[in-house]
Amino acid sequence: MAVGAEVPALDATVPTTPVAGYWTSVWRRLRRDPVAIAAALVLIAIVLMAIFAPYVAPADPYRSSMLRRLRPMGTPGFPLGSDELGRDMLTRLIYGARLSLFMGVTPVVLAFGIGSAIGIFAGYLGGRINTLVMRTIDVFYAFPSVLLAVALSGALGAGLGNAMLSLTIVFIPPIARVAEAVTTQMRSRDFVEAARASGAGALTIIRVHILGNVLGPIFVYATSLISVSMILASGLSFLGLGTRPPDPEWGLMLNTLRTAIYVQPWVAALPGLMIFITSISFNMLSDGLRSAMDVKQ
Amino acid sequence: MPVVTEERGGPAQPLLSIRGLTKTFSISGGMFGSGAAQLRAVDRIDFDVLKGETLGVVGESGCGKSTTARVLMQLIAKDDGEILFDGERVGSSALKLKEYRRQVQMVFQDSYSSLNPRLTIEASIAFGPQVHGVPRAQAVARARSLLARVGLEPGRFAERYPHELSGGQRQRVNIARALALEPRLIILDEAVSALDKSVEAQVLNLLLDLKEEFGLTYVFISHDLGVVRFVSDRVMVMYLGQVVEIGEADTLFERPLHPYTAALLSSMPSLDPDRRTEEAPLAGDPPSPIHPPPGCRFHTRCSFAEPICAEREPALYDGGPLQRAACLMLPPGSGHSRAPASMEPAHG
Repeated sequence: MAVGAEVPALDATVPTTPVAGYWTSVWRRLRRDPVAIAAALVLIAIVLMAIFAPYVAPADPYRSSMLRRLRPMGTPGFPLGSDELGRDMLTRLIYGARLSLFMGVTPVVLAFGIGSAIGIFAGYLGGRINTLVMRTIDVFYAFPSVLLAVALSGALGAGLGNAMLSLTIVFIPPIARVAEAVTTQMRSRDFVEAARASGAGALTIIRVHILGNVLGPIFVYATSLISVSMILASGLSFLGLGTRPPDPEWGLMLNTLRTAIYVQPWVAALPGLMIFITSISFNMLSDGLRSAMDVKQ
Repeated sequence: MPVVTEERGGPAQPLLSIRGLTKTFSISGGMFGSGAAQLRAVDRIDFDVLKGETLGVVGESGCGKSTTARVLMQLIAKDDGEILFDGERVGSSALKLKEYRRQVQMVFQDSYSSLNPRLTIEASIAFGPQVHGVPRAQAVARARSLLARVGLEPGRFAERYPHELSGGQRQRVNIARALALEPRLIILDEAVSALDKSVEAQVLNLLLDLKEEFGLTYVFISHDLGVVRFVSDRVMVMYLGQVVEIGEADTLFERPLHPYTAALLSSMPSLDPDRRTEEAPLAGDPPSPIHPPPGCRFHTRCSFAEPICAEREPALYDGGPLQRAACLMLPPGSGHSRAPASMEPAHG
């Protein structure tokens, strides 16, 4: 049975072409998903529109005119009509992307950081600590997200900062849950055991072996929350708990235009359409990311 | 890498001494899990691993082989008992857990699950030394030379990811990772069981070569008796969390003392048509370890069982030179009708 120390020919089959890293292969799969790419392009367009709003928008979003209220779409000077104070809808929709995106993304980013940290530590440490942390998290999780967001915002008082704070609190529990679930799953894998067997401490193992494997799935889940966050933020603004007039924000615009729904239904629906397009694009992109990142483990 | 501990007790002192090791799991515990069932996966076992030997550990699934390995590695905490490494208690001030883990390494059965899918091969191997303070560049250089030593050309493999390798190649990587810390003892938990027979033979030969080259000691856990016989100097047989027999490999295979060992051996497939097994030597599954039978744990399946076997729990009795078994047929005057007056083995 003696086989020397030489490389045996039998199991020395390896592809000769250099195989790229994980993220390159994710990108390669994502590129073949037309829906995800379309969603990404729409989002890039909306983000660019928000950033370059002063250059793109045809008018001043705050300049109102009592004489030109609620013009229909296609009116000269008002390509998408005008709102209840005679402001240009197109301009306000473009400027509105700034606040709406900001309110959609910021709470999710904050909750992603905090929720991941809570979930990963609870999942890695396991046992009693895990039970304690996750059951506490479940208390928040028990409330419907809309109710919790409205209740927190109401308690904290109206305003942009408080609205985002309450949305962050709303999103921490679900993200922590997902983080805990994927971490618990990783922790039982032999390579984590092997890392412990080599004498590494918890922080080193989390940094080197856990993070790279769990952040992907958590990130995908978080991107799917951006659309929810945008809708909730719009909802809070609609209820007067988020942004305040006259700042342009899609949710708030929907609110102030609702009285005009019988006069100019198409114009009044435009902010809702923007919320819909943006949130569905985030959903499509996160769906695409999910399947692109799903490699056989 | 700084070599902290040299030979301490001399060659006669066992490298690893296990005394009364016990591990109990609670079944269906939960938050208010009082009154939960207790599963004694490892029940008061004693054994030594001698310097430079390969100790084979065999037994049916669920007999506590892998739990023993994980407790030895301190991956799960023991409930009771002592682990002495070269005479020092593990976790004492003389032998910190981290230092112990540098000297004792483990190779797992699942070659894929035991490698981080997001790390390159060389990063996986270099991780352990880096934990122990070796600079990155040096650790990577060492990883590459170890890759070459286990038969994987560093230029082709070092920067690859686990999923690009075959099972045999991955297991070579796992062996290289275990070697990276310059351990004295390697626990091989079913390390070759998942491999094809041809690859298995290559990896076994590699393990034997490495053992000689680095002066290693192995604990070789497997359910494959043929492989265990091929690699082991001594063999330990486990049943329901206890050691039933331990002894020099050839003697134990030629002349088993414990009926369970005999049954296990006769279940080995033979190429000789005259020695072919006609019926299963062991009927049924082992009893539940949650409620192990009283007395000798094997008496429910043993063809030599007598009433005394259900009452008295056997210890490990000497049954010949360097061979010990936990069977009441061995000690004189045990109450079993087959117990001898002399030290002659009861059967064989």
